[in-house]
Amino acid sequence: MKQTHTGVWTIAEIEDGSINPVSYELLAWGKGLSERLKVELTSIVLTNKIKDIESLIHYGADKVYYVENDKLEHFYPDTYTNILQQMVEEMKPEIILASATTKGRTLMPCLAASLKTGLTADCTDFEIEEETRRLIQIRPAIGGNVMAKIKTMTNPQMATVRPKSKLPLPKDESRTGEIIKKEFNEEMYQSRYEWINYKRDESIEQPLQQSDVIIAGGKGIRKQENFKYLKEIAERLNGAVGATRAVVDMGWIDYSHQIGLSGKTVSPKLYIAVGISGAVQHIAGMSTSKYIISINKDPEAPIFKVSDLGIVGDATEIVPLLLKELKQGDKK
Amino acid sequence: MNIVVLVKQVPSTDNVKIDEKTGTMIRSELESEMNPLDMYAVEEAVRIKEKETGTKITVISMGPLSAEYAIKEAISMGCDEGVLLTDRRYAGADTRATAYTLSQFLKGKEFDLIFAGERATDGETGQVGPMVATLLGIPVLTYVNKIIEITKSAIKVQRAIEGGNEVIQTTLPSLITVVKEINDPRLPNLENKLRAKKSKIHTITNEELKIEEDKIGLKGSPTRVVKVFYPKISRQGEKITIKTPQEAVSKIKNFIKEKGVI
Ligand SMILES: Cc1cc2nc3c(=O)[nH]c(=O)nc-3n(C[C@H](O)[C@H](O)[C@H](O)COP(=O)(O)OP(=O)(O)OC[C@H]3O[C@@H](n4cnc5c(N)ncnc54)[C@H](O)[C@@H]3O)c2cc1C
Ligand SMILES: Cc1cc2nc3c(=O)[nH]c(=O)nc-3n(C[C@H](O)[C@H](O)[C@H](O)COP(=O)(O)OP(=O)(O)OC[C@H]3O[C@@H](n4cnc5c(N)ncnc54)[C@H](O)[C@@H]3O)c2cc1C
Repeated sequence: MKQTHTGVWTIAEIEDGSINPVSYELLAWGKGLSERLKVELTSIVLTNKIKDIESLIHYGADKVYYVENDKLEHFYPDTYTNILQQMVEEMKPEIILASATTKGRTLMPCLAASLKTGLTADCTDFEIEEETRRLIQIRPAIGGNVMAKIKTMTNPQMATVRPKSKLPLPKDESRTGEIIKKEFNEEMYQSRYEWINYKRDESIEQPLQQSDVIIAGGKGIRKQENFKYLKEIAERLNGAVGATRAVVDMGWIDYSHQIGLSGKTVSPKLYIAVGISGAVQHIAGMSTSKYIISINKDPEAPIFKVSDLGIVGDATEIVPLLLKELKQGDKK
Repeated sequence: MNIVVLVKQVPSTDNVKIDEKTGTMIRSELESEMNPLDMYAVEEAVRIKEKETGTKITVISMGPLSAEYAIKEAISMGCDEGVLLTDRRYAGADTRATAYTLSQFLKGKEFDLIFAGERATDGETGQVGPMVATLLGIPVLTYVNKIIEITKSAIKVQRAIEGGNEVIQTTLPSLITVVKEINDPRLPNLENKLRAKKSKIHTITNEELKIEEDKIGLKGSPTRVVKVFYPKISRQGEKITIKTPQEAVSKIKNFIKEKGVI
């Protein structure tokens, strides 16, 4: 097959001028692929104000294309799609990666549909097929029960990548690269959307999916009130609180905390499962965590099969004590 | 108002079998149901209908004949009629081919709002909704957890995004994908159950839709599942039956320290 498209792109995510760390994770994935393919790694930035853009080079990009315009302050799928479509058609990358955040999961299907190409969702790993140079995209599906290897027959090959599936490369401030501004006609920025406001949800102290530590509770915590221990522990560990569907259904905690097949997928560095049985639908949302500790009084609980440290014991006794010791640690 | 709800049929058991050669799911009629996350889309549509007289809700699905069952589930919750796009040639479609087929049917039809689920519990891509919207040239609002206002020509919603909620509006017609927290789906009442049972689902094949064969089914799919495998999720962990809570706390603290996670 004749090579019509070349280069690896990652779509950086910017919030209010600041680069979201998922952008650096994407570059770590992109770097591995671009080195295998011996092509350039380019990061694409769409923003209303530009800040610290060189950091994308320091984290692995060879080149950065950026578009800066007041109208890009908020994510409007039509504007973002139009601009990116034009850039892709002009420069023809062979691979485009974006994060599987709410933004990436909205933008990428719109862009793929406009470009008449395929899109693979929520990948956790990639390979390059030896003979063909094609990208093999690896993703969990069906509630994490299976892993699929997916290949895209058209160009560019597009994928969203699950946040936290790879660590960023170490920052190298001696790296240099080209930073190029792209400009478009004003009409490209027209949108049918109008942003009104954004409210932080104070109950999600740390966005679940960005947290390095998650402490999650299930029915085994016995009472709604016991979530307050989990919340305080989470605060002390700089983490967030998760929950099973069972306790969400009982109204013990808000749905936004639900982890699993019909809730959120997370992969923190540490997941502490408290009083959770370990149903497949729950495991589907947390099995990619780096380390899993679980507390359950039933030695046969399935959660122990996925745990690095399993504690057979009564959560209602352990959790308050854990909090007490963490508080004492603070004082020291 | 004319409302369309996109509904997918999914396997209802945990034990989904995959044809390891084609990478597609092996389905059987008895084991399928409406995608659980589509119930929230159906419920939201029915709530609009209850407020606005003269609203008509059409349920649309692409799938095998057995997907009629999922459509009837939606009708039993209060939708008016169902359309099933079904053809052997539609089989094996990825999200692109699925969205293309759905949008070819919808093109030129009258609708103000299209609802879709956040994602299907089997393929789990969440891509079909935004793709359908793009192919129809209409705006899409994803992850909607609250509809704030609908007027003749616009819709204002709240979206659940990282760390909080965003309020945004757009023009109609548009496509909305909803998340679970938007509502509590009702159980079908007897009257609607009977109506669903008796209702005739309009089936449409490619004889009628006449979509080019290279745009439908496996042939029209730019992505291919080349391999599926079952991940091993077991870990070589340590399991300890503790004697005192203090022992548990020490174990946890040591583990955290040892692995340097915090
Ligand atoms: C289509 C579908 C989608 C689903 N999606 C999700 C999802 O997204 N997320 C999700 O979590 N679930 C989901 N479920 C539900 C899932 O199947 C389980 O029912 C649920 O995860 C169980 O929650 P649990 O572990 O809190 O409760 P249980 O299964 O009741 O487990 C409670 C556990 O606590 C232990 N325990 C009791 N007392 C104590 C104590 N004092 N100390 C320590 N341990 C104790 C028990 O031994 C038990 O193991 C889904 C189900 C279906 C069918
Ligand atoms: C293991 C595995 C992995 C896969 N990975 C990918 C992939 O990465 N990329 C890809 O393009 N395809 C993929 N597919 C194919 C994909 O699952 C099918 O195309 C499927 O028909 C639609 O995608 P989905 O299940 O992800 O639906 P989603 O996009 O998650 O569904 C979202 C919503 O769209 C609507 N909808 C979806 N399908 C239909 C339908 N048939 N009729 C009516 N409304 C519908 C519903 O409202 C639904 O709630 C995969 C399939 C398998 C088995």
